[in-house]
Amino acid sequence: MNMKTFKLGGVHPAANKLSDKAPVVVAAIPAEVAIPMAQNLGAPSKAVVQKGDKVKVGTVIGEPGGFLSSYVHSSVSGTVTKVDVVPDATGKKVPAVFIKVEGDEWEESIDRTPELKKDIALDKQQIIDKVKEMGIVGMGGATFPTQVKLTPPPAFKPEVVIINAVECEPYLTSDHSLMLAHAEEILVGVEILKKAMGVQKAIIGIEANKPDAIALMEEKAKAYPGTTVQPLKLKYPQGGEKQLINACIGKEVPSGGLPIATGALVQNVGTAFAVYEAVQKNKPLFERIVTVTGKSLAKPSNFLARVGTPLADLIEAAGGLPKDTGKVISGGPMMGKAMPAVESYMVKGCSGILIMPNEEARRKEASPCIRCAKCVNACPMGLSPYILAKYSQKNILDKAEEERVYDCIECGSCSFSCPANRPLLDWIRQGKGKVMGILRARAAEAKAKADAAKAAAEAKQEPAKA
Amino acid sequence: MSPHVHTATTVQSCMRDVLIALAPALIVSFCFFGLGAVLVTLTSVASCVIFEFVIQKYILKVTPSVSDLSAIVTGVLLAFNLPSNIPLWIVIIGALVAIGIGKMAFGGIGCNIFNPALVGRVFLLIAYPVQMTTWPVSGSMGYTDVETAATPLALFTQWFGAETPEAADAIMAQMPSALDMLLGTTGGAMGEVSALALLLGFCYLLVRKVITWHAPVAIFAAAYIMALICGYGAYGSLQMLLTGGMMLGAIYMATDYTTSPMNNKGLLIYGCFIGILTILIRRFGAYPEGMSFAILIMNGFTPIINTYVKPTRFGVVKAAKK
Repeated sequence: MNMKTFKLGGVHPAANKLSDKAPVVVAAIPAEVAIPMAQNLGAPSKAVVQKGDKVKVGTVIGEPGGFLSSYVHSSVSGTVTKVDVVPDATGKKVPAVFIKVEGDEWEESIDRTPELKKDIALDKQQIIDKVKEMGIVGMGGATFPTQVKLTPPPAFKPEVVIINAVECEPYLTSDHSLMLAHAEEILVGVEILKKAMGVQKAIIGIEANKPDAIALMEEKAKAYPGTTVQPLKLKYPQGGEKQLINACIGKEVPSGGLPIATGALVQNVGTAFAVYEAVQKNKPLFERIVTVTGKSLAKPSNFLARVGTPLADLIEAAGGLPKDTGKVISGGPMMGKAMPAVESYMVKGCSGILIMPNEEARRKEASPCIRCAKCVNACPMGLSPYILAKYSQKNILDKAEEERVYDCIECGSCSFSCPANRPLLDWIRQGKGKVMGILRARAAEAKAKADAAKAAAEAKQEPAKA
Repeated sequence: MSPHVHTATTVQSCMRDVLIALAPALIVSFCFFGLGAVLVTLTSVASCVIFEFVIQKYILKVTPSVSDLSAIVTGVLLAFNLPSNIPLWIVIIGALVAIGIGKMAFGGIGCNIFNPALVGRVFLLIAYPVQMTTWPVSGSMGYTDVETAATPLALFTQWFGAETPEAADAIMAQMPSALDMLLGTTGGAMGEVSALALLLGFCYLLVRKVITWHAPVAIFAAAYIMALICGYGAYGSLQMLLTGGMMLGAIYMATDYTTSPMNNKGLLIYGCFIGILTILIRRFGAYPEGMSFAILIMNGFTPIINTYVKPTRFGVVKAAKK
């Protein structure tokens, strides 16, 4: 196999794919769901239903709250009981629509037949509109509204669609199980994405620890000219957008630039499937595969769960929350967020729920930096985490900027590799946040100055004309 | 906050790996130098650990960190740089200088600028030049009554200084072969005689990813080329790599985490200069051995290298081209 990988840094955390043999199980529909209105990167959606409204599966309950925003649909049929706030994965309170479940009645417009529909009837613009209408967002966790990503600035010429089926986060198997269950649908989804972008080529990047998925996708892809499967060497963070582009086509996303500058448009494999369902089956994004896993959990599982399902229900279905649980993480162990409380609800971007026993969750005490440079060798962006951490800690922001703290992708490879257990990324994140703030302020100031200069120039010209 | 998982590698495990890598050379030194080597090693390790513990607990009043094993590594490396018949009180002084001045005075592990074992060694070399340069020949197993001989490096220096071609040939006749140097059946400091044992440890460190190849390989390459330039000849240049602590220094001392540069490009530059300086000191300096001084000099340049040599950035080269 001709395996590729990205060029700089990277680490090898234990894969711990406990649920990679578990089939996708349809999770029970709960008695009540709470569907958060902040499920995408960008502006939250605005709730368009009120207490007492009757909804069906697929009924629009939230509209985009801005350009970078998306529609939200009901995942169940029943009655809206209230519009209240719920904690998201980080504990932040976000508005949510509570729906009491009555039966399971779907909107008639949704094609519920299982037949594969290959012919793409819609044109480029219709596909993008449909993707928006069906509330599709990036399913890898970043939840970037897909219709926005499919309309890059006209200056860039897309050349290739790259499908992110890397799943480099330890423990998670949702993409893996999706590929095994819906290979053909994913490939049609890829065709739709190619059409939307006006490109002929697509590369599906899969890490080598999923040989069954690689074999299956390679076999099925033969019927789809221009679409190839690229096996990738195991290395975290290969699923990072910049790293994946680098691994697949060898190009580097310029610092501060858009990934599309390389000609590559990256979409998660789950997004490709969601796009298939949206465009071919008219099905909004209201359910997804989520891995519920952990060493202490009785039955690590892959569930097809409705958005808005209480996470506690899913954990219960996987064998219940073990007594010695130290952390419940939304996402994988490298980039996932430890949730302050389990009282949270499924969202579109939730690829996994990881239960960590106390013993594993506790961080070891940090000792002084021995300057071993392991963090430097681990950093996939070619930064020096040890010094970024120091500048961030001491609030020396100009130096942190000089050392390109803004290039940090927060993958956690530095903290992971530190033999002295120093929480490097915790510090770097703070410094990065402040430097990004300064950069934004500087850009705003420059723009204001340019605008003022332009206005002054125009004002000068006015009397001349008169 | 993420990440929620962590590598199994710790400071302690790194130091343990260095000790494992040093084991073959330690065993060789015990075999070749017998009782003396055992006594010197034990004294050096024990004094380093005790000094570190006492200084941290009673002078700095911090929790002693001897469990990270770094003091043991310093102890073994210091012992490796000493002749096996050296009086033990000198070893203890060396350990005090290494740990007290070389490490603790700068703030302990991670903060020192110079390699502690080398600070100890160089101090002893200057303070006790006679005892530090009387090298027992390999196979003299005792401690007090040992056979001594000139080291290959001393022979090279004499050879360059020889006034007649006959005298030069006579000196060369005493020179051990490169194979002897590789195996370690020559005179020298305890840990530096067997290049083979040290190389074995190098392989282990590379496999365990404790160190990268950059500094040692740069040192060997630069030293070989520099030796050729300085007129040692192809065979003599190879001998330069195999003697006088070149292996020990390049693999175990120049790669010391704290005192070497923080990225691979920096390590290559640092290594090249160590190689060049070592040969220049050996050829033109007052001391026949240059490795210790070369490493210490480049330790001093490490902060400057770190300031000016940055790792290869992702996504920057292409942006600059536009």
